[in-house]
Amino acid sequence: MLSVDGLEAGYGRARVLFGVALEVEPGQLVCVMGRNGVGKTTLLNTIMGVLPATAGSVTFEGRDVTRLAPHERVRLGMGYVPQGHETFPQLTVLDNLLVTLEAAGRPRKAMDAALEVFPRLEPLLRRRAGFLSGGQQQQLAIARALVTRPKLLILDEPTEGIQPSIILEIEAAIEHLHADGLAVLLVEQYLDLALRLADRFVILDAGQVVHAGGPEDLRAEKVQRLLAV
Amino acid sequence: MEGLVNQLPIGLSIGAVLLLIALGLTFTFGQMGVINMAHGEFIMAGAYTAYLLQDQPGGFLGSLVVAFVVAGLMGLILERLAIRHFYGRPLDTLLLTWGVSLVLQQAARDLFGAPNVQVASPSWLRGSLGILPYNRLFIMALAALSVVAIWLYLNRGAQGRRMRAVMQNRQLAAVMGINTGRVDQRTFFIGSGLAGIAGVALTLIGPVGPTLGTYYIVDAFLVVVAGGLGQLRGAVLAAVALGLLNSYAEFWTNASLAKVIVFAAIIGFLQYRPQGLFVLRSRALT
Repeated sequence: MLSVDGLEAGYGRARVLFGVALEVEPGQLVCVMGRNGVGKTTLLNTIMGVLPATAGSVTFEGRDVTRLAPHERVRLGMGYVPQGHETFPQLTVLDNLLVTLEAAGRPRKAMDAALEVFPRLEPLLRRRAGFLSGGQQQQLAIARALVTRPKLLILDEPTEGIQPSIILEIEAAIEHLHADGLAVLLVEQYLDLALRLADRFVILDAGQVVHAGGPEDLRAEKVQRLLAV
Repeated sequence: MEGLVNQLPIGLSIGAVLLLIALGLTFTFGQMGVINMAHGEFIMAGAYTAYLLQDQPGGFLGSLVVAFVVAGLMGLILERLAIRHFYGRPLDTLLLTWGVSLVLQQAARDLFGAPNVQVASPSWLRGSLGILPYNRLFIMALAALSVVAIWLYLNRGAQGRRMRAVMQNRQLAAVMGINTGRVDQRTFFIGSGLAGIAGVALTLIGPVGPTLGTYYIVDAFLVVVAGGLGQLRGAVLAAVALGLLNSYAEFWTNASLAKVIVFAAIIGFLQYRPQGLFVLRSRALT
């Protein structure tokens, strides 16, 4: 479904990614792991087109999207939840959802489905997003990606800086979406959560894939060393 | 005392014109970080449109519509051909648009001649209501109407929602499926169009010349800075305050001293509130 091949990117002259390859099959949950600063966020940003790829390709459902603008990728079915529970702070929760719904050209029904996943948002619809707690903002951020009716959901550390009870809700929501057949590409530092959710792992180090495999491989000592701080 | 009262409609109508000009600037600046020095020449284009159309059927009200479209298209062309290649480089856009501004002024000189021209006010705007001349009342109504229209556009429709989203977080808007380039074009069209309307309004209270825009653009930027970027309320308050201050200072002293007073007041105000009257505030620190 998503296929990344030989991807290179960076910021100006500082190269960050050195030929990253990864695959997400339909319905699969793939988790990208690695220490801070190895290029996980850069990888997701390049997959979404926020950063231009300097080499390599991104293919989504058989179509080369490497040169497409971010909004065109969204329309094809790539849903993105960037790092740091970002919202449009001055818009209400409802407007946050509506603006993406309209931009992606999806029907109003898509919003009901997203609110079903995060029922906590329903009573907050008239509140400004900037005044929600971090956990509520993160739920809004995921719901906002869901109203675009993605075929692949890309999440960048959805549990970072969120209180434990909300982390459980977010984990349950991701698990539920994945069980319904949605493909997910997840960046996660939280090893336990990753072990519970993921079908496959990709471990990055210094901008390269150093290990890929299933959950059983993740327990191996060599892999543990790659993730240790 | 009499002067105090007589100056009021003058100050308010100048404030109204400044508001029309500043509305466009505050959104192109607030949304795209573009300091558009050529905005003044869109005012001039609107004024010359009124000059060219003054004997045409449709009359004065028709020229408002045409001026909006003419100035809006000029803004759109400028954005497409030049400005969009310089996003994120405010100093370069400043130079670029200043150059465009000079070219447009010279073009106006070549087309219409260097001396000022006069637009005859329509007969229904001659006369006055007490101390309020009809033409100045009309300008105030025009500005009020534009503010209401902009407010409705921003807060009641899908396009405005999209525009606010881009203004608050451009990168997030892009990865949420919003075509930010398209939103920028639309903002530029509307902002420049409002400058055209301001130009038509100016023909009611003075002559039209190639440097008409230059005269107002600096004051309009002061309104933007004092009101807070992209802030509708701020722009309204700052424009009215600046218009009144301008006309009273000019009345009590003279034109050059009045400018000194206005600049000093703005500098003092910005010491106290560096981000202007209103600032976007939220729990998110971004």
